[in-house]
Amino acid sequence: MVKIALVSCGTEYSGIQKEIEKAALTFGAEIILPEIDLDYIEESYTKFGFSAQSSSLKLMIARAMSIVEGRCKADAVFVASCFRCAEAALVRNEVRRFLQENSRIPVVTYSFTEKTKADELFIRMEALVTTVARRSILAREKQEGLTLGIDSGSTTTKVILMEKNKVIGTGWNPTKDIMESVYKGTEQAFAETDYGWDDLDGIGTTGYGRITIGKELNAELIQEELSVNAKGAVYLADKQKGEATVLDIGGMDNKVITVNNGIPDNFTMGGICAGASGRFLDMTSRRLDVDITELGPLAVSGDYRNAVLNSYCIVFGIQDLVTTLAAGGSKADVADAACHSVAQQVYEQQLQEIDIREPLIQVGGTSLISGLVEAVSTTLGGIDVIVPDYSQHIGAVGAALLVSGLGTRQEDKKA
Amino acid sequence: MVKVAIYPPNSLVLGDLIERKGHTVLALQKAMSKKVRDPEIDSPPMNITEEDPLKGLKYAAIEVPSGVRGRMSVIGPLIDEAEAAIIVDDAPIGFGCIGCARTNELTMFCLRKKDIPKLELEYPTNRDETFDFVGKINKFLDTLDEEGGN
Repeated sequence: MVKIALVSCGTEYSGIQKEIEKAALTFGAEIILPEIDLDYIEESYTKFGFSAQSSSLKLMIARAMSIVEGRCKADAVFVASCFRCAEAALVRNEVRRFLQENSRIPVVTYSFTEKTKADELFIRMEALVTTVARRSILAREKQEGLTLGIDSGSTTTKVILMEKNKVIGTGWNPTKDIMESVYKGTEQAFAETDYGWDDLDGIGTTGYGRITIGKELNAELIQEELSVNAKGAVYLADKQKGEATVLDIGGMDNKVITVNNGIPDNFTMGGICAGASGRFLDMTSRRLDVDITELGPLAVSGDYRNAVLNSYCIVFGIQDLVTTLAAGGSKADVADAACHSVAQQVYEQQLQEIDIREPLIQVGGTSLISGLVEAVSTTLGGIDVIVPDYSQHIGAVGAALLVSGLGTRQEDKKA
Repeated sequence: MVKVAIYPPNSLVLGDLIERKGHTVLALQKAMSKKVRDPEIDSPPMNITEEDPLKGLKYAAIEVPSGVRGRMSVIGPLIDEAEAAIIVDDAPIGFGCIGCARTNELTMFCLRKKDIPKLELEYPTNRDETFDFVGKINKFLDTLDEEGGN
């Protein structure tokens, strides 16, 4: 059983201890608490150098130290503290960095409230267990052979065909019937090459439909999107070493993943407000009567400050934009205001929950809207934002990369 | 007999001194022991559920971290019940602690603003200070006998 050390300042006082343990058990892991004595707390906290006022944070530091010094045997570490506690946020991030710099043990961090449910913890625990069990796969930095990556998202199905560390075919379809969308996307990808199903070495699947598709196609890799998207993003952006943040503003939900050496260590996901999603930009482009592909360059040529936008809401915000147009405002200013509205709301709802690390790699379909990329950078104080090639296919690229080396279909045929 | 709240709220030393003088100590351990023996709740290790940080809203606003409100849901009622209080400043972890500096600040503030007899002391750092520390606490507790907690 995978042992996950809980390094926290008091999950038991927030009423979420049971949820954490339940989430770990679901993925065949158990939560352990590094046992230490009082003297060791003083000693390790002094050695660490952070003068925390809260004794539980001192305990948190000491527990991290005991893992690094090998006093506690853990396979992975879950670092958690209360949401909105500034002192805990500082210590949480420094402890995370300390563990990553001084051990090879995978770490995931989380800031919780009393409303944290097990399903919010599931993807983190799954990613942790995956990292422990599949470290060798996540260490892959180069694609080999001929591999197919399939990302079955809630809105679209993306397919990528890779060979010799290069993308050679792409497919992109709205997700309707899951398998039908996959076959259609795969045909599109194969159409750009002379290859077919029989030539593949391996298939990797990710996204909401990954298990169904994986079973149907006997995929060699069926993997949650947190690890796959993170890996795909740093691979395409050529940032496999060091730290980075991956931002995916999707059509229905948004993901922000922080990454250390290609392995995800924190994650936040939102999906409650259409005004903070690609859907807002889709509606704006319809109102402006421009194709969504033209919205980005149009926004870049405009100035959001010239458009009145008093609401982030997809209903009232769009009404504000229409009012600006009626008052003689330019389409470019309105397009820019819409991009800034989405960027600011993503910032307020999600980016504040996570420690943003440069570079920021923006992926997903909305990363192709240049106005939004610029707005994200401006909102974050001019941070460097990278949009790699094939950014809209990130999950599929990650799956195709990670499955290489696992597939032995051609060798099996010869045997 | 007077109900005496203490800070740190789980200090065994303060609890012992108070009980020796025949008063009732409002200790965190007693409140926690009631919770963990509740057969209707199964949320180990302390049976604090997501409902408890909501109960803590009586003492701290919704914007306050859930860990502070969860702790206050147990400590707050002890403060409400208190007829006297002993506060020890700058005590080391081993003397008693609840782990969270923000909860510490709020607990001490709630005790200080309550109109009850109070004794606030610095944690002793040598033998003489320790004798003085215990002497002051005993004297305070004797006064409570005379005043009947008023």
